[in-house]
Amino acid sequence: MQTTHTQDTLVGLFVASGIAGLFFLALQVSNLSSFTERDSYTVIARFDNSGGLKVKSPVSAAGVKIGQVSAISFDPVSFKSVVHLSIDAKYDKLPDDTTASIFTAGLLGEQYVSLEPGGSEDYLHNNSEIDITQPAIILEKAIGQFLFKSAEEKK
Amino acid sequence: MVIEFIRYLGSRTRSSFTKLGRGTFFLLQTLSGSLSVLPRPRLLLNQMYSVGVLSFLIITISGLFVGMVLGLQGYYILSDFGAEETLGVMVAASLVRELGPVVSALLFAGRAGSALTAEIGLMKATEQLSGMEMMAVDPIRRIISPRFLAGFLSMPLLAALFSTIGILGGQMVGSGLLGVDDGAYWSQMQANLDFQDDIVNGVIKSVVFGFVTSWIALFEGYDSIPTSEGVSRATTRTVVNSAFSILGLDFILTALMFGDD
Repeated sequence: MQTTHTQDTLVGLFVASGIAGLFFLALQVSNLSSFTERDSYTVIARFDNSGGLKVKSPVSAAGVKIGQVSAISFDPVSFKSVVHLSIDAKYDKLPDDTTASIFTAGLLGEQYVSLEPGGSEDYLHNNSEIDITQPAIILEKAIGQFLFKSAEEKK
Repeated sequence: MVIEFIRYLGSRTRSSFTKLGRGTFFLLQTLSGSLSVLPRPRLLLNQMYSVGVLSFLIITISGLFVGMVLGLQGYYILSDFGAEETLGVMVAASLVRELGPVVSALLFAGRAGSALTAEIGLMKATEQLSGMEMMAVDPIRRIISPRFLAGFLSMPLLAALFSTIGILGGQMVGSGLLGVDDGAYWSQMQANLDFQDDIVNGVIKSVVFGFVTSWIALFEGYDSIPTSEGVSRATTRTVVNSAFSILGLDFILTALMFGDD
């Protein structure tokens, strides 16, 4: 039978290591440290086709993630996809003629929204809209276009 | 002949329901007795030692090997698709979401659960529980509740340790042995594992498993037939019933948690 003192120490070590394990998982293994509930503002972009974009898909400018998609919905009046982008508050000087496009990261990768800044002197603020957007590339349409073009060239 | 069989089925079903009812009553008594454990931390600490600390070794070594095997097999499968860099995601997601809670709960049931059942069953067989009642000491509060709390608290810690050591083991095999890029292992993992969806759900699972496993282990001991054969059968039933419950609950929890967004 262990002495009480040793037992207590061992239990303490056990609980401490368990909690350390939980912290390790939280900080090192997940995305907790990179993008949590930081201050952000919402910008709205309307796409003809938002493709495989999902909520929490990244929003990047110049290849750097500056936010994520917070909501995607369908507008029954204009028949476009309304995508809400939640952008980190410290990037508050995006010109209001910024264009938004949907690209795919790598071949099998997930889709993301890429913002290309324009040259306007007015900036995007909360709930402002991005006017110029480029829809996602739909594979079937691209193949269809390719086949149509090659059929044309054969004539 | 057929009538006999149906009669048998009927009585077995009824006794299962009766047992479930007794078990629920037992659980309520244990939970209400848990409050009286707080002014007596010595009881809880003793049980945390025998349940948690002594399971530490089997959990960490199993976690290490499971992580290493995941790293190895994962590499072979992913390299067919040219996706070796996502090894980190594969190992971490499998461990944190499923293998960590489930395998550590199964190991816990086998090691700590069976020990608890045997201990309580033996106390019942040697009439220690009745003796305590005669001294006006409530055996539930003195014996059962501390063990229940110890199991319930240790389970998430053990599952976290299992996942952590597993991820490190996977990295050892992936980066050290097979040449996956070290930075890619961690950065892909961090980008693709969501704290709330994956880690918190894993912890919730291990808490539920700890609750159910401790309950089953303690109840089987408390309800066992007080002979040596009865105790041994109770121990077997603990491990078997815990395994069924863990795997069944895992399916239900997974369906609830990881269903369509």
